[in-house]
Amino acid sequence: MTQFLQQLINGLSLGSIYALIALGYTMVYGILKLINFAHGEVFMVGAYTGFYAAGALGVAGFEARHQSFPLYLALLVLVIAMAAAALLGMAIEFLAYRPVRSAPRLTPLITAIGVSLFLQNAGMLLFSPKPQTYPAILSEVRFELFGVIVTNIKLTIFIVALGLMFGLHLFVKKSWTGRAMRALSFNIDAAKLMGIDTNRVIRATFAIGSGLAAAGGILFGLDQITINPLMGVLTGLKAFVAAVLGGIGSIPGAVLGGLLIGLAEQLTAGYLSPEYRDAITFVILILILLLKPEGLLGIVRVEKV
Amino acid sequence: MRLQRRTLISGLCATALASAIGCKKSATDGAGNGAAEAAEIAIGHYASMTGSTAHFGQDTDRGVRLAIEEANAQGGVLNKKLKLVTLDDRGDSAEAANAVNRLIDVEKVSAVLGEVASSLSLAGGRVAQRRKIPMISPTSTNPKVTEVGDYIFRVCFIDPFQGKVMATFARNNLKLDKVAILKDVKNDYSIGLADAFQKAFTASGGTIVVEQSYSQGDTDFSAQVTAIRGTPAQAVFVPGYYSEVGTIARTADRLGLKVPLLGGDGWDSPDLFKIGGEAINGSYFSDHFAPDVATEKSKAFVANFTKKYGQAPTGLGALGYEAALVLIDAIKRAGKNDPNAIREAIAATKDFDGVTGKITIDAQRNPQKSAVVLKVEGGKAKFETAIAP
Amino acid sequence: MRAVVRSAIALAVLLLLYGLQAGVQAGFTEYAQGIILLAGINIILAVGLNLINGTTGQFSIGHAGFMAVGAYAAAFVGVKLAAPIHGVLGTGSFADAVVFNVALLAGATFAGICGLIVGMPSLRLRGDYLAVVTLGFGEIIRILFNNATFLGSATGYSGDDPSGLPRYTNFFWVFAWVAVIVTLVHNLTFSQTGRSLTAIREDEIAAEAMATPSTRLKVIAFAFSAATAGIAGGLFAHMQAGVRPEDFRFEKSIDMIVMIIVGGLGSISGAILGGIFVAVSLELMRDLQQYRLVLYALLLIVIMIVRPEGLLGTRELHHLLRRKPAAKPAPPAEGA
Repeated sequence: MTQFLQQLINGLSLGSIYALIALGYTMVYGILKLINFAHGEVFMVGAYTGFYAAGALGVAGFEARHQSFPLYLALLVLVIAMAAAALLGMAIEFLAYRPVRSAPRLTPLITAIGVSLFLQNAGMLLFSPKPQTYPAILSEVRFELFGVIVTNIKLTIFIVALGLMFGLHLFVKKSWTGRAMRALSFNIDAAKLMGIDTNRVIRATFAIGSGLAAAGGILFGLDQITINPLMGVLTGLKAFVAAVLGGIGSIPGAVLGGLLIGLAEQLTAGYLSPEYRDAITFVILILILLLKPEGLLGIVRVEKV
Repeated sequence: MRLQRRTLISGLCATALASAIGCKKSATDGAGNGAAEAAEIAIGHYASMTGSTAHFGQDTDRGVRLAIEEANAQGGVLNKKLKLVTLDDRGDSAEAANAVNRLIDVEKVSAVLGEVASSLSLAGGRVAQRRKIPMISPTSTNPKVTEVGDYIFRVCFIDPFQGKVMATFARNNLKLDKVAILKDVKNDYSIGLADAFQKAFTASGGTIVVEQSYSQGDTDFSAQVTAIRGTPAQAVFVPGYYSEVGTIARTADRLGLKVPLLGGDGWDSPDLFKIGGEAINGSYFSDHFAPDVATEKSKAFVANFTKKYGQAPTGLGALGYEAALVLIDAIKRAGKNDPNAIREAIAATKDFDGVTGKITIDAQRNPQKSAVVLKVEGGKAKFETAIAP
Repeated sequence: MRAVVRSAIALAVLLLLYGLQAGVQAGFTEYAQGIILLAGINIILAVGLNLINGTTGQFSIGHAGFMAVGAYAAAFVGVKLAAPIHGVLGTGSFADAVVFNVALLAGATFAGICGLIVGMPSLRLRGDYLAVVTLGFGEIIRILFNNATFLGSATGYSGDDPSGLPRYTNFFWVFAWVAVIVTLVHNLTFSQTGRSLTAIREDEIAAEAMATPSTRLKVIAFAFSAATAGIAGGLFAHMQAGVRPEDFRFEKSIDMIVMIIVGGLGSISGAILGGIFVAVSLELMRDLQQYRLVLYALLLIVIMIVRPEGLLGTRELHHLLRRKPAAKPAPPAEGA
């Protein structure tokens, strides 16, 4: 039983990270109907920005003196990473996606794949392909409950992820930009006709989604200990599946999807075989698209001719 | 008629374009030919310099490059300078074969070094064997690699030997009965070592309580560690690469799996201690040489490598260096820049004093050398015991 | 009468290839020959994938999986059937040729069956979802091969001989199959069925309203496309003397997409040019070593932004040569 609970806890914390990344996918797809393949790489860049920012702020010194990194500096690292990722996201949108926005669907898809590949390989050149150890921006503290070991980092992931998601949900519901985003995802042409500056809203969408991914990246680094330039590839894909599972365009859906994928992956790895942990995500994708293509929390959209 | 015209056109276009490339290559061949032969000895190295295993290829290349530069600084070989050409194979077997072909046809190399991954060594090795150019693999451990033919050699342990080393150590020195295995299924090195360990361990009376697996590049091992935690395993054999092993050690520590880890030469890297932190202390792994009882040559190598590249060498860098040294020595003994003579000389390598121990190449073109078992203590690897073949 | 003319021309092409093969083997370095063969295999991959992505307008980005299935199947069957076939036909190049082609056809069959299995559930999906599902299937297939111990798992499969699989692949066979597949695809594309496929691409709902059994046609085209990838895989396996799962990663599927994009989605001659381009360009970029892949990705992005229809769009080379404006359909437009 303890083993099951342990796998559960691990799955939920992994799933929270998927959820953070999935939010970016779901928001962009909701509006542009585009799978932003490069989102996984934004996640990676966020993690590396955190890595370098923490280094610049002297985290190594604290580690050597066995002191914990001050919380205000940790938050600063988070803010820097989120800002950098937001800029990157907006740049990608402006340079690569906007020119092809009106093209037939295959073109932006290929462009997105191209951007993803570009960032991966640029990352390998700039950050070196070697896995880097993530600095202890948060010092690790362990608790044991009923034989299950939980670290403060896993709790932080869960809380931060939920907090950001809740914040986003409020933002989309209440703020003007949020409502504009919902309008665009419903019908982009009508929104334009209603005088909404679609470019601005789309930029904001990318910025927010990228910021969340960066937060996910830092948390990932803290939990998984190493980062490498290719970390965004598989994680990004799984997060996309999570978004689809939950219902593309639905924010609570992305959260639910992320948690479910995280759980499915951990339980498959623990009880079936770790070799199929990646495959299970794709199996889930295929099943959900066949059985309930609009996702668990999504709305059915009828295709009109 | 349209269809036939199309087929012909397509066929001719293809051939024409290909001819253009071929002719271009032939032209450069002719031009560089005479000059290269006279002044330099060309050596090729094919490695994964890009792609997900790029850091392994780059590590190895650094070792090779250092050896070549040191040799040139001492006047070269047979009064000629050595020219090293490194080609990237992107971790793809077609590219590996291409790279070896290009090294032979365009760069006119007399011998080839490579590859890290056994499956890529097989791809490149088949080409080298067919074209009768000697090849030395620095780190491919699958026995099949040297079975390709008599032009293929290696300077590292083969899996059956190294697996047995740790199994012997676990049984005889640590007196263990029950061990779990956590292997990397994306990596034939890890699979081979795990197999060999399992055979040897069970043959000497031990039991493997559970076999778990992961894939190279994974960062989350909590599922596997949790599963092993629930078994009576007294140690875990983790024959993978340092990047994952370090994280595995930390995960084990974090989740309360307190048993020692055992491993192979894939652990050998300064990053192991960086990533593994304190969690990796108390674990053991087999390797080619021990840093604290190293020979003068090994110490000099580590110092020079660190000075040139700003980072200490990993086991791959050391083996790359070693392979290059063996090749250089063979060229000297061959007396001439001829692939067949070089091949003979490599095959006759006996008691070559390298940085990873004395090497004698046996009849299967594998090295006969002892392994050492190292213990990780205080963030460093310390000599524990030596095991001969 | 037509049949006689056709057979005569086919024979002429084969003789031409046979003659060219001798010339190629004599005149080119093995390195250049390797690239030529790779170009040929790429042509097969591109033309096959173009049938689905270009002509039918469906997004398949996991085709490397089918190539893998074909490669493994051809390798395995070739090894297992070598002995019995040699027993009947003796040793010699004719027997070898029979073994090889039987193996290739086995590869095509297995790959085609996989295509059916993947296609049937997936082709009900549209656009981006189909793309991700095909990607997923491609990865699942690779993971399965990676865990198949009887096929060598990560080290790969190379038969029982230490020097690997028999190297049957040579210029003649590669380009003979190129000719066969290009002919088949061309005939299919410009037939009634092909026009139905194009109709599906242009407007699937309208096509269905005109009684085109769109899902069935899509699945059949998909299976056929998978089968051609299987042939390419089999040729690849016997050139490399071995197959390993890592050769069929997502990157390979991307390579295939680049091939058809560069040449022009929907154009067979474009696919041919694209296939050659990919084989050659990577080699030519070797001097740029580390920056190769970054530039390759940039190239993809730039093509998509600047000239997404590639070199030829949906036109064929012979349309241009004829200077006939009739065969220039507008690029496919999606509804708002």
